[in-house]
Amino acid sequence: MRLVLDNADLYLAGMATTVALTLLSFSAALVIGTVVAAFRVSPVPPLRTAGTLWVETVRNTPLTVLMVLFFFGFTKLGIQYSAFTSAVIVLSAYTSTFVAETVRSGINSVAKGQAEAARSLGLTFPQVLVRVILPQAFRTVVAPLGSVFIALIKNSSIASVISVVDLTEVADRLNNDTARPVAVFLGAGMAYLLLTLPSGFLVGVLERRVAIKR
Amino acid sequence: MGEPLVVATQVNKWFGPLHVLKDVDLTVEKGEVVVVLGPSGSGKSTLCRTLNRLEPIDSGTIEIDGVALPDEGKALAKLRSDVGMVFQSFNLFAHKTVLQNVTLGPVKVRKVARQEARERGMKLLERVGIADKADRYPAELSGGQQQRAAIARALAMNPKVMLFDEPTSALDPEMIKEVLDVMLELAAEGTTMIVVSHEMGFARSAARKVAFMDEGRIVEVASPDRFFEDPQSARARDFLAKVLAH
Repeated sequence: MRLVLDNADLYLAGMATTVALTLLSFSAALVIGTVVAAFRVSPVPPLRTAGTLWVETVRNTPLTVLMVLFFFGFTKLGIQYSAFTSAVIVLSAYTSTFVAETVRSGINSVAKGQAEAARSLGLTFPQVLVRVILPQAFRTVVAPLGSVFIALIKNSSIASVISVVDLTEVADRLNNDTARPVAVFLGAGMAYLLLTLPSGFLVGVLERRVAIKR
Repeated sequence: MGEPLVVATQVNKWFGPLHVLKDVDLTVEKGEVVVVLGPSGSGKSTLCRTLNRLEPIDSGTIEIDGVALPDEGKALAKLRSDVGMVFQSFNLFAHKTVLQNVTLGPVKVRKVARQEARERGMKLLERVGIADKADRYPAELSGGQQQRAAIARALAMNPKVMLFDEPTSALDPEMIKEVLDVMLELAAEGTTMIVVSHEMGFARSAARKVAFMDEGRIVEVASPDRFFEDPQSARARDFLAKVLAH
């Protein structure tokens, strides 16, 4: 405990990086994932195929593999992003597939009559989706999206494999210096809990606030 | 008298192996109220839903105001905006207030200014008698109120024709009357209406024509007086004997 408190500044800096990784990636993943979900339910077959391909390839590859391939692979191609930017891109892409599947299940849960009523008013497919279906779909998937968010907080630790100095990397480096893995990683674990537990609570609050009466 | 507004010619539709519409011909003139009657499963709801292509047809043609129903896409959306539809299960947008339900189409499809759409929306809600519910959500309304809101939503587009797909079948008897009253008023004002219904009273008092369907065919088209007093087909006589028995 002493060890952790003595290095509180390092842990806090690591937490800040973890929070930044998570918030940036989740925002991007929400946008990409929603677009991909829209592709997967669209009446245009090539869009459906593209959406399915994206989900099935990115979701089924381990995050560590994606992280390393993107960071080192793109460097080889002469395109260089910082480790932090690379981590945000990879986490966004990876998380977008889970967002897409969650949002798609939300879309499918909206009663068929809602889309029919919207179409019969003369709304186009994108308008039906944006004005009528997605607002209802999101409300029903707040809880599972919350799980995706919490998974992302923890998944962001994979950024440490390309040396982004997040919470996990802070602990790893501290362990290399002190050789006290249990104390060091207990500290990291508690720091993650400080992020994940309130997130879970906030998701619950949000879920109750946006619920629609039926 | 009037010119034809909705013309279905030799319409056929299958659900898989099930032949649900068989060579259906139907012409509805401007200002006419046509009530489609028939037993469950006779294809009357399906016919109603093909008229704005919520159900695509397999053969035949459907024209609205001289324009053949387009395939999916912008042209179809535009045509649908001229065809009001009222559903059995109301289908009000659950996440929007009653007034927002009524203004969505005018604002997003007709590009009417928000303020103007709201004012017109309130007038429509007054007309169907639920102006006091404008800021409520659909789930806070009774079935009859929801259906009247749905009628206002459809009217807000100034449609050329209104389709009613069993509009009172999901309602309690008391609420049926409040919805039928609104529909009778519309009919009296000369709104072109195609109504799929089991309401014999409404058919008698409001319809210009009754179309009787059975097993995917339109068996008989007649004035309501003639249809109810002297049905020509055996199937219609049988149907009326059952529904008018009590």
